[in-house]
Amino acid sequence: MSLEFVWFIFLPILAAIIVPFLFRAIKNIHTGWFVLIVPVVLFIYYARFVKGILNGEVHISELPWIPSLDISFTAYMDGLSILFSLLITGIGALVVLYSIFYLDKQREKLNNFYVYLLMFMTAMLGIVQSDNTISLYLFWELTSISSFLLIGYWFTRDRSRFGALKSMMITVFGGLMMLGGLVLLSIMGDSYSIRELIANSSSIVGHDYFTLAIVLILLGAFTKSAQFPFYIWLPDAMEAPTPVSAYLHSATMVKAGLYLVARFTPVFATSELWIWLVTGIGLLTLFWGSFFAVKQTDLKAILAFSTVSQLGLIMSLLGASAVAYHVTGEQAAIFKVAAFAAIFHLINHAMFKGSLFMVAGIVDHETGTRDIRKLGGLMSIMPVSFTVAFIGSMSMAGLPPFGGFLSKELFLTSMLSLREFNLFNFDTWGIVFPVIAWIASIFTFVYSFYFVFKTFTGKRKDHELPKKPHEAPLGMLLSPIILAITVVVIFFIPNMVGKAFVNPAVVAMQTGIYTHPGDVGIQVSAWHGWLAPEFLMTLGVIAVGALLFLTMARWQKLYDIQPQYLTLNTLYDSLMIFGETGMNRLSRFYMTGLIRTYFIYMFTFIVTITTGALFIQDAFAVDMNSFSPVNAYGLMTAIILIIAICMVLFAKTRLTAIIALGGVGYSVALFFVIFKAPDLALTQLVIETVSVALFLLAFRYLPSLKSHGETKKIRVGNLLIAAAVGVTMTLIALSAHSQKLIPSISQYYKDTVFTEAAGGNIVNVILVDYRGFDTLFEIAVLGIAAIGVYSMIKLRLSRKEKSDESE
Amino acid sequence: MEFIMAIVIGILFMAAVYLILSRSLLRIILGTGLLSHGAHLLLLTMGGLDGTSPPVLAEGVTDYADPLPQALILTAIVISFGVTAFMIVLFFRTYGELKTDNMNLMKGNDEHD
Repeated sequence: MSLEFVWFIFLPILAAIIVPFLFRAIKNIHTGWFVLIVPVVLFIYYARFVKGILNGEVHISELPWIPSLDISFTAYMDGLSILFSLLITGIGALVVLYSIFYLDKQREKLNNFYVYLLMFMTAMLGIVQSDNTISLYLFWELTSISSFLLIGYWFTRDRSRFGALKSMMITVFGGLMMLGGLVLLSIMGDSYSIRELIANSSSIVGHDYFTLAIVLILLGAFTKSAQFPFYIWLPDAMEAPTPVSAYLHSATMVKAGLYLVARFTPVFATSELWIWLVTGIGLLTLFWGSFFAVKQTDLKAILAFSTVSQLGLIMSLLGASAVAYHVTGEQAAIFKVAAFAAIFHLINHAMFKGSLFMVAGIVDHETGTRDIRKLGGLMSIMPVSFTVAFIGSMSMAGLPPFGGFLSKELFLTSMLSLREFNLFNFDTWGIVFPVIAWIASIFTFVYSFYFVFKTFTGKRKDHELPKKPHEAPLGMLLSPIILAITVVVIFFIPNMVGKAFVNPAVVAMQTGIYTHPGDVGIQVSAWHGWLAPEFLMTLGVIAVGALLFLTMARWQKLYDIQPQYLTLNTLYDSLMIFGETGMNRLSRFYMTGLIRTYFIYMFTFIVTITTGALFIQDAFAVDMNSFSPVNAYGLMTAIILIIAICMVLFAKTRLTAIIALGGVGYSVALFFVIFKAPDLALTQLVIETVSVALFLLAFRYLPSLKSHGETKKIRVGNLLIAAAVGVTMTLIALSAHSQKLIPSISQYYKDTVFTEAAGGNIVNVILVDYRGFDTLFEIAVLGIAAIGVYSMIKLRLSRKEKSDESE
Repeated sequence: MEFIMAIVIGILFMAAVYLILSRSLLRIILGTGLLSHGAHLLLLTMGGLDGTSPPVLAEGVTDYADPLPQALILTAIVISFGVTAFMIVLFFRTYGELKTDNMNLMKGNDEHD
């Protein structure tokens, strides 16, 4: 089996390329039939791995992607990957089959649908087979994107778009957090390979980033697997076509988070935080989901909440399975059950939830509504659908003789065993686990009965239905029937399923405890004996559950006590609104549109940064000895300059201001004379003259100097900022002059100006010889300014447009 | 002398910033003019003011003023002149189109928000 099976991950997405062509070219055959080939082929292909993996083999296949960064598509096939791959392709095939009858080939855009679905299949296979954390993340986000596209499949509906956006926001948030966690993990373990990370787990434990990595990775897993409080996207994702809900939002995508937790259990299991978070959040989700499922009136919403709750159940089992790493000897045997139970229920749930969604879709398709209040008495019209729904629901409720019964018994066993665990305060709080599990099981029982019996039994309400109900075509029923049969079969051969699929997965998930699938010696038994606590608890569930179901009409009103504004959905909505309006308000607050405000930001920033750096770095210094002696002419010029500046500042008319500005310019020219810079003085004089002339040219057209209502307060503020900038510049000038670190390079120019450049005026030689490029572009600047001035005066585009409009 | 120049530069910058923060467009342009003067003087001062002879080769002179800052300032003067000329014309056109030089009124219209 050395064939490069990593390529098979990409088979669906490659097939997706030809789907639109098939859709256009072949009109009379439903496109789904062609698509069906892909998952069937993959399922058969992956099924061939089962035997080898059962004997303890693992397979690795590598496709280099960015070898220099050590990033590759490495497919790793062990018990856990093969289980998920088979679920993805198997249920994928059934879902495609179902969708062929569910989606109309004339009315629906089938090309879009199957392209998205195949894209999703690749993404999901990629997640479960990836050994490289980066490619794992890549596929992880691809599921988010394809799920977004599938939820928004009917994009003309508002609810679809809302649901798609919500699921995108939440899962991508989690995905990004997970990326952070994976990167931290790769830093700690010094590898991108998950296998190597697991092998290096001893160096990861206790690292500084350890706790952070746990939290981030769990955020990714919890958002994807719809755990509390991130489950809120799942009920809204029910706007997707039912095949999508059945596939993505019950059997595969929402299990990606579970896969992640299971995969990283060997790395993090030693952490107390991990056990508490995974188990605790899982149980909370289990209870919350089952409790609120009874409130729903939409068939798919009931199933969505039930999915949330069942995912919580599996999550709590995964958390409990980590306990096995902390105990040894005889005690260890009790805790090993949890891992087995988690995987076993994962399989069961994929089967019965897939079938239930399909039944809900059939009911919707054949009656025109999913509202449970309008449905009833469909049993005689749709006997096959009823049978399937009955089997699925009873399995969900955990009743014999269905698969769900066995996994629920294992679940109760695991939760009961947590009491025996004597680390991390579990001996004190351990009793809480079975109690919550038991209460949640009761609600599970209630909503399972609620789902099936409110839909199929009771009075017929045909007048309320948009369509005249009738049984679905055989093709549509085929997939749910196959799943329902599996549910029953699992009950009768649990140990075969356990041996073939669960044990290898458990080995993959608990490396270090087991080495070979044959080592997992857990036997599932339907019968624990009369006095076994599991049996008594099940009896209790049935008794209390039945009582609650029969009296439902009386206590269902209790749900109305919870006010609408206290729900997590309201929290999400207000967060989104706050994000939009809050950020808008924030940017309106600092983006005033006034140039003065922005200047104030800039000047304040400059002053703070430079003076801050000056004093924090202790760079301020005044070295009086480095200064040249005071020059009397210079002093006088300085006084004249300051007077001119004051005139500019306090000028009442524009003419005074312009002339004073000229005065400043001439004083500067005087300085150039005093400080031995003849070329500068010359240029400065000419340019100042031209500038003043320019001002005076424009003078006639310029407005008079007005304060435009500047209050005294504003002026004082301006003055303070201005003073701060002035002081900063003085301080910088003094310190810079007092600390010359290296001598000037000017000596070179002085020495070589004649011998190298044949000139006497050093400044001019620098300008045109040593540093001629500066001069070239300075000429360019002048040229551009001239063109700019010309075009500004000549071009009158906007006025022309205005006159065109008025004509 | 550098000490006095540092203070003069500080005053120039202060006046420039004060004018730039005002509401009148003309004052802002005046402010930028002062700002460039401040920058030029700063460059000159940083090069040292102790040269006793202009940087033109002459017999028997060894103590020339530093030529490099002067070359830099010369470039800067020309560039700031180009920019100032452009700004004056821009101001002239702005006033011609908008009939105001009040910066508070030049905010763009709210339709773009």
